[in-house]
Amino acid sequence: MSGLQDLYREIILDHYRAPRNRGELPVPPAHLVEGFNPLCGDEVVLYLEVEDGVVTDVKTAGQGCSISQASTSMMSAAVKGKPVDDARALIRAFKALMSIHESKLEGAEETDLSADLEGVRLGDLEALQGVVKFPVRIKCATLAWNVLQQGLDETAAESEA
Amino acid sequence: MMSATTSTLDVARIQADFPILARTVNGKRLVYLDSASSAQKPEAVLAAMDRIYRESYANVHRGVYTIAEEATAAFEAARTKVARFIGATDSREIVFTRNATEAINLVAYSWARANLREGDVIVLSHLEHHANVVPWHILRQERGVEIRWIPITADQRLDLDGLDDLLDGAKLLAITAMSNVTGTIVDVAGLAARARAAGAHVLVDGCQAVPQMPVDVHAWDADFVAFSSHKLLGPAGIGALWARAELLEAMPPFMGGGEMIRDVTTEGFLPNDIPWKFEAGTPAIAEAVGMGAAVDYLQAIGMDTVRAHERALTQYALDALADRFGDRLTVYGPAGADDRGGVISFLFDEIHAHDVSQVVDEEGVCVRAGHHCAKPLMRQLGVPATTRASFGVYNDRADADALVEALAKAEAFFAI
Repeated sequence: MSGLQDLYREIILDHYRAPRNRGELPVPPAHLVEGFNPLCGDEVVLYLEVEDGVVTDVKTAGQGCSISQASTSMMSAAVKGKPVDDARALIRAFKALMSIHESKLEGAEETDLSADLEGVRLGDLEALQGVVKFPVRIKCATLAWNVLQQGLDETAAESEA
Repeated sequence: MMSATTSTLDVARIQADFPILARTVNGKRLVYLDSASSAQKPEAVLAAMDRIYRESYANVHRGVYTIAEEATAAFEAARTKVARFIGATDSREIVFTRNATEAINLVAYSWARANLREGDVIVLSHLEHHANVVPWHILRQERGVEIRWIPITADQRLDLDGLDDLLDGAKLLAITAMSNVTGTIVDVAGLAARARAAGAHVLVDGCQAVPQMPVDVHAWDADFVAFSSHKLLGPAGIGALWARAELLEAMPPFMGGGEMIRDVTTEGFLPNDIPWKFEAGTPAIAEAVGMGAAVDYLQAIGMDTVRAHERALTQYALDALADRFGDRLTVYGPAGADDRGGVISFLFDEIHAHDVSQVVDEEGVCVRAGHHCAKPLMRQLGVPATTRASFGVYNDRADADALVEALAKAEAFFAI
């Protein structure tokens, strides 16, 4: 079961069984953002509190497979209390870990994924790297991060308005 | 009516006919339990398709040379085989399509647009596959037809208590003969009689039923029956619509192009005779021949025997799952195999369907996880996804046992 052990690392199962930061925050001041994976029904709900460029609090809800829910839990723990810029760097680094090439245009230079990973400490998140060997599950792992990105974009737009 | 209680199928011999079953996955014997999604193909089907390409391939209904005649004869012979297989007496009533989805869309775009107008009622059920839901949603957006839903009981049978009210004023009942999620077998003949009494036409989604049990479209008293080849041991890329000849005669063409015309001028066109009126463009020739070979293969076994096999194996698997997992595993659908085909959807209390599917794959067991293209039904079940095992003629008790063992590993793996 070596392939499976790579996918379902103990730390992932731990986050799945005991998810961090579950709950709700009052909206507003918190921002509510949701994401779905239409193929398998994974659902990630994020309550995001951003103050003065810092993610001051995060709560999560939703349901889905172990990979999507563990990734959500790990993401919430990783960005809580961090500056928004650091959270965005983590999003880029996590997607690089998942071998996702962002905005790669035809004819453009091959994006150097290592640049996105450099200087970013992924810590526990590296346990999710085994997902790359199971391509159909990558979208389970990235769902929470796409939802976070959307939430950060929306709160940035709100504060500008 | 038949000696259906005992299966006389020699599964070991059947398995030898399916080359793919000889391979391994993750070092384990391949245990293919996803035939409700798409079935594996016997050597006879592969050989028939190979033969037409190697020996008799040309376009059909066009050339007068020898191999064109041979290709046309093989293509039309396949149509006759498919017609007989479902009890049709007139091969002109079989229209080849890309798949069952296209067959249902053909009815929605041609018959329904010519015959239904704003406020007309279409009756569906909560068991339907998206292929028998979305074409009617599209029609509703375009024409303002009303869609009514036959509800389901706690064990996912149709709840027919309010059927007369639902059918009151209906123009079409569009219903599956067997659920692709719960395996529920629907009493099509009974429903069709009530629909007809209410003045409605009847369309049957036969995708799951046609490969698993004897089907007679006249015994059903249906107007339209859609089914695919790829669930019927045949190739993907071809399916069929059976419809009453007088309906096909009256229906406008679906797609325009070559083959479907009698004459074309700068002013307009005259459509071809049925069924070719609905077969625009070069068809899937080798696939049709493959579908004919698949039908031959199943008929040699006998559909009564196929149904008896499916029933016995499904009951065995239901019992094995209940014995091993008890209340920890929710199994959807009717309790016994008498009213269900070879499809079992299930869910562990604590483990997501996708995680289960991933772990059992490690054991070489192929099961489907997801909403099975039946989201209205999943909403009724109150779950986003289930894991589904489904059986074909090539599955046996060892496969059901392998499923149970693999599920036990999944349960242990995710144990809290």
